[in-house]
Amino acid sequence: MSTLTAARMQMTLSLAFHMIFAAVGIGLPLLLVIVEGLWLRTKKEHYRQLARVWARATAVLFVVGAVSGTALAFELGLLWPKYMKLTGAVVGHIFALEGYAFFIEAIFIGLYLYGWDKLSPIAHWWCGVVVALSGMISGVLVLGVNSWMQLPVGFQMEAGKVVVSDPIAIFKQPVWMHMAIHSTLSCYISVAFATAGIYAFTWLRGRRDAYTRSAIVVSMGVGAVTAFIQPISGDSLAKFVFQTQSTKFAAMEGNFKTQKYAPLRIGGFPDVKARETKWAIEIPGGLSFLAAHDFSTEVPGLDQTPESDWPNVELTHMAFQVMVGCGTLLMFVGLWFWVSLWRGWGWPLVYVPAAMNRAQNWLLWAIVVCGPMGFLALEAGWVVTEVGRQPWIIHKVMRTRDAVTPAAGVPEMFYAFGLLYLFLAFTVVMVLWQMGATSRRMAAKGLKSA
Amino acid sequence: MTHENLVYLGAAVALLGLMLYALFGGADFGGGVWDLLAKGPRKQAQRDAIARAMGPVWEANHVWLIFVVVVLFTCFPNGYAPLGIVLFMPFHFAIVGIMLRGAAFVFRSHGAHRHEFEGATEATPALKAARKAGTAVAPQPPGAGWGILFGVTSVISPIFLGVAFGVVTQGNIQIDDFGNVRDLGTSTWLSLYPVSCGILALSACSYLAAVYLTVETDGELREDFRERAIFAGTSTAGLSLLVLVVAWYQANGFFWELLSVRSIPVMAGGLFCFAASAWAVFGRHYHLSRIFAAGEIVLLLLGWGVAQQPYLIYPSMTLMQASAPTPTIAFMLLTIPLGGLFLIPSLWLLFKVFKST
Repeated sequence: MSTLTAARMQMTLSLAFHMIFAAVGIGLPLLLVIVEGLWLRTKKEHYRQLARVWARATAVLFVVGAVSGTALAFELGLLWPKYMKLTGAVVGHIFALEGYAFFIEAIFIGLYLYGWDKLSPIAHWWCGVVVALSGMISGVLVLGVNSWMQLPVGFQMEAGKVVVSDPIAIFKQPVWMHMAIHSTLSCYISVAFATAGIYAFTWLRGRRDAYTRSAIVVSMGVGAVTAFIQPISGDSLAKFVFQTQSTKFAAMEGNFKTQKYAPLRIGGFPDVKARETKWAIEIPGGLSFLAAHDFSTEVPGLDQTPESDWPNVELTHMAFQVMVGCGTLLMFVGLWFWVSLWRGWGWPLVYVPAAMNRAQNWLLWAIVVCGPMGFLALEAGWVVTEVGRQPWIIHKVMRTRDAVTPAAGVPEMFYAFGLLYLFLAFTVVMVLWQMGATSRRMAAKGLKSA
Repeated sequence: MTHENLVYLGAAVALLGLMLYALFGGADFGGGVWDLLAKGPRKQAQRDAIARAMGPVWEANHVWLIFVVVVLFTCFPNGYAPLGIVLFMPFHFAIVGIMLRGAAFVFRSHGAHRHEFEGATEATPALKAARKAGTAVAPQPPGAGWGILFGVTSVISPIFLGVAFGVVTQGNIQIDDFGNVRDLGTSTWLSLYPVSCGILALSACSYLAAVYLTVETDGELREDFRERAIFAGTSTAGLSLLVLVVAWYQANGFFWELLSVRSIPVMAGGLFCFAASAWAVFGRHYHLSRIFAAGEIVLLLLGWGVAQQPYLIYPSMTLMQASAPTPTIAFMLLTIPLGGLFLIPSLWLLFKVFKST
């Protein structure tokens, strides 16, 4: 394995791993704040139990997110020293701001997790609010750096060194806001649907109490709202990509030929040799309309870019389809949830007639199926952003292959890190599984969660 | 303010971050060492005390390292890149330690929690099997496997961060006029001087942790940690001498910088604090000992900074050569009061809630 491949694989692995826990660190505190707030208002015991159980899950998941994020802070410089040399000089301060936000999150998560008996209930809840907010802000700030990699601004270079920098330029760059909204929503969606999926399954397996019911209603409440806003944010982001990264846009859509009235391709597989996307459902003029709200818009295809500067078109297109597919499904299931709530189709009533029970079960099964799809969409969307930008690590400024470290031992380190992440992933799943089992057994014994 | 002033201010901030990381994060690593070496009749009580002391604060303490890294690559990007190449292996090992240590700590406390509910009434499948086979021994404390991993991995990161310190000061890193570095492979870091720096760092962390723990415990447990503080203090003193001797052979240039007129008063102050803190441990003045131990770490790191300036990588890259353009450094430095505005009250709250007696 070459150094470049190994470095890219290690980066992919580290980011794909970290992203899940980072999303949990943003999404789960929001759910926690909601259930703990409900407990404070209603004093109903099952809300407190939910908060305690979710807090324990947060404790484990947050730590894995924090340490894998620390690893990434190092890996960026270790694997891509030339990238860091440029990025540090121009947008390093964004990482600093992110650092403060993460610092606040780490402080308040300590207060939140260990402070149940040491703080007043209201003060404790406010600590949760700070965790949720600072987690979200920290995510938004990291995206500032990523948005800069998509659309670098504010610097001049001479002989491989940044000689002039404008640290304010990044703040005026609109793609940051588009990416920040899209990505933050995706964190809430993935965590909310995963949580709802777990508790819908619990319900179907027979634990039909206020505890399970509240967990589903709260997480679906968050999931359905965010999944509904997400396509709007995705549309504005895609329009921006169309204007600023036309090669990535063409790869996402599998659009080889520059054309007016370009069709929107749903599904399909891009055949790079034949220069066409096969087996797609084509909506005539759809792509032109989506790109600029005008069917006659000319959409640049991949033919505008030399093939050596193409990203992996198959992967970018497929990942984009997966993201949009999952997102659409989640949106419809969210809608289904709200309509059945509104129409009283057996849900979320606990005791329902048989006919309604069937409708309720269908919805619950749909929620179970949607459980992993938020995270799938999150990972796929990130593949679109990052693979779609290749061969550039910093769009049109630095190629990925030029940024890689000359150090020896990169492939060996990739194998070692592969094992490490595998081990961590396996343990986290085991620990969460045991937590679920403990919680179930405690419920069976009628014990209160401590 | 001139560019040069900003650059030195940036370096001072990075050094300050490193001091804070050593004082707080370093002690948490030391706690891991004492967890690993827990023995005697109060073995479990020692471990519990360490877990209690670390639990709420270690994640916040750990962020100081991220702060140092961010200041380094923002203010000194041209130096950060060659360091990333030369220290590829040591830094990777350090992050493996950081990841496993953190994960093991939280997995262990999860195991202990589970034990509270199930341990007394239900046996694990493994224990059941062992009973059947007649090989059951006294029940393990909860999460024992994670405990061992936590202890072992706590050793890794301080050693390799100490090794990095050794590499940066040894004077073997060669950088050409274009800022490119020659990777000399493992010989850069796998030699006597960097490795002895690593062991010294570990010993200093352990000393710090033991001294802190005497303040946070009482009775016989306190005596346990007092003994450990005396032991680690002696080993730190011995290792410091050893590192100086090795430095004379392998890092001769830096050796004389350390003994230069500008650096020696600071180093002497550090050694005085060390002696005072050892005296305080002997005399059971624990709060005083903690203050002097912290002072020792701060002054020794300051002495390093004073000895090494104007270089970021001794003696091939100066802070000025490594620096980012003025606006970036200025912005970075301006964020610090902003961050402090939020961070200082938050940290105060954290330590007030969990550390006030």
